[in-house]
Amino acid sequence: MRKLLIAATAVMISAGASLFSASAADKLKVGFIYLGPVGDFGWTYQHELARQALVKEFGDKIETTYLENVSEGPDSERSIEQLVRAGNKLIFTTSFGYMDPTLKVAKKYPDVHFEHATGFKTDKNMGIYNGRFYEGRYIQGVIAGKMSKAGVLGYIASFPIPEVIMGINATILGAQTVNPNIKVKIIWANTWFDPGKEADAAKALLDQGADVIMQHTDSPAAMQIASERGKLAFGQDSEMIKFGPKTQLTSIMDNWAPYYIDRVKAELDGKWTTDNVWGGLKSKLVVMAPYTNMPDDVKKLAMDTEAAITEGKLYPFKCPIVDQDGKTVECKGGDHLDDGQVLSMNFYVKGIDDKIPGK
Amino acid sequence: MQLVLEKRAERSNTIALISPLIAIGLTIVTMTILFAILGKNPILALHAYFIAPLSDSYSLQEIAVKATPLVMIAVGLSLCYLANVWNIGAEGQFLIGAVAGSWLPVVTHGTDAGYWVLPAMLVCGTVAGALYALIPAICKVKFGASEILTSLMLVYVADLFLDYMVRGPWRDPNGFNFPTTAEFDPVATVPLLVSGGRLHLGAIIALLVVAAVAVMLGRTIKGFEIRVVGAAPRAARFGGFNSNQLILLTFAISGGLAGLAGIIEVAGPVGHLQPGFSPGYGFTAIIVAFLGRLNPVGILIAGLFLALTFIGGEQAQIAMKIPLDVTKVFQGILLFYVLACDSLILYRFRLIFPSPKVSSGAV
Repeated sequence: MRKLLIAATAVMISAGASLFSASAADKLKVGFIYLGPVGDFGWTYQHELARQALVKEFGDKIETTYLENVSEGPDSERSIEQLVRAGNKLIFTTSFGYMDPTLKVAKKYPDVHFEHATGFKTDKNMGIYNGRFYEGRYIQGVIAGKMSKAGVLGYIASFPIPEVIMGINATILGAQTVNPNIKVKIIWANTWFDPGKEADAAKALLDQGADVIMQHTDSPAAMQIASERGKLAFGQDSEMIKFGPKTQLTSIMDNWAPYYIDRVKAELDGKWTTDNVWGGLKSKLVVMAPYTNMPDDVKKLAMDTEAAITEGKLYPFKCPIVDQDGKTVECKGGDHLDDGQVLSMNFYVKGIDDKIPGK
Repeated sequence: MQLVLEKRAERSNTIALISPLIAIGLTIVTMTILFAILGKNPILALHAYFIAPLSDSYSLQEIAVKATPLVMIAVGLSLCYLANVWNIGAEGQFLIGAVAGSWLPVVTHGTDAGYWVLPAMLVCGTVAGALYALIPAICKVKFGASEILTSLMLVYVADLFLDYMVRGPWRDPNGFNFPTTAEFDPVATVPLLVSGGRLHLGAIIALLVVAAVAVMLGRTIKGFEIRVVGAAPRAARFGGFNSNQLILLTFAISGGLAGLAGIIEVAGPVGHLQPGFSPGYGFTAIIVAFLGRLNPVGILIAGLFLALTFIGGEQAQIAMKIPLDVTKVFQGILLFYVLACDSLILYRFRLIFPSPKVSSGAV
């Protein structure tokens, strides 16, 4: 009797196991770690749109899961590992601060593939991807230089990492092409997403005389403040025109869907390998929202600038680049800074009357 | 007919035992309804919350990792609360402990410093936490300042001090300006108990702390003094107990434990110092202390339980695609019921029937 019981249990367990493995084999499980809530209407929202595009594209072939509002502290390592343990085979971790936790989990689970956004560390099973958002910032700089009557731009920055610093520099370089005396006021919010702080920063910048607001934080709060005060602003990460129909000039939109679809397809075909993708306007990873609330000549200038960058005729960081102390930066990429220099950028260009925090 | 809440003549021990069970029962009923409204299978959801995290060693480890700082801080706080002094600033003491303890690994980074580093870090963290907690305690004893306000305000001071250190002097030179110190060297990290897992030595230290405080409260004169001062201040004065000394002592112990928890968290699961590494452990620990009825063993259970709802909430997000907000509602409802049911220990419901009116003479 006892043996029978054991046998029966064994059969049940193996049946159960095969049931599970069968369903797991049918569907590729794809996991996402989000920094903000899916409804931030900015950074995380764009990743969520891309996830929805994946579901639409692959239907029953994949199953997606996301964890939202995952802080960049010690909890993120557990959250990533939880996704692995739930059977996800391809995991996208969508913020810089997940870099080391992702790497730790990747080393522990060599047969799971990881994709980390905006970082610089890779491994056999961990690729990285990012957008050349500075290309869009350069265009915004050109527009802002034309549109600012006061000649003062307000910039809400998040953390003084190269990603953010290159954005500030690209903006100013763009603006200087149309207004050599352009000024920028910078406020460090020290957060990626905090609508309250972002709104306060926007108010402070407007009070200091800025009349065009731009931001490297993820919510539409700054746009709403600029709209209330009748000033101009740029959207961030996604289309924010509904938060300021008379305010938004354009917005740099992160378009992750083609990349995600490409990577999931590779995974399904068994062809996934570690990659390092840094795509811009040309690869449509960065897309500009329609140019609105500006005269036709500015609009044309913006479109020409966009076309020139897309065709590779114009590099935002074309040499010579002079830093704020007046020193010319070494030019490693021929006629423009090379990717390594841009990715580790830790200086302000000439014309920025401010100091990088902690430098 | 009227339903009133009236004070019991003495506390009901039966209710004290079954009140958490009633609370869990009510939570399950409420959440079943909520899950059903959301179109999720309530049984699977509750399974993801309560059963799944307890059924494999990985999740059990994660629960212990999460509970470790909560239990250590809460045990210290319980001493304050038993003595009727209110340390609300454990979060600040936690952060200061983490910062002070991180000094050694930052200055010895890349040198061949030996195994003395970690023990020295733990001592630094504990001492710094205790000293930091003594600020509101001394202000109370000397000037009669409300310790609730001063200890709370010092949280923000600690938070900004941490912020300053990692953005300024201690920033990792190779960290691309990100506000974080360099990763601690192996001699400066809390050793793991299970290879491949995340369970670390801190869990054992937390258990030792629980045992030590249980012994102190139950078996020593100081423990007795703490309880008497809190429960019967007049009697304590007649007994000649020095309540000022006890304020300093309980604050120092709770601050020291919070500081120790802080440096263990940084040298353990985090591995470096960064702003925002604490999801508010010092505040959550206040809930844990009361959930555990200010009893060291109760606090251990309460800490593990709160960690379970946290890990379970994450598993429910993954397994059931339940939004994060629902898992937070779940935790909120649970705490709500636990505290509500606790009032039944000291109070009871009674139906009062109005006495029949005397008809005062018909017209």
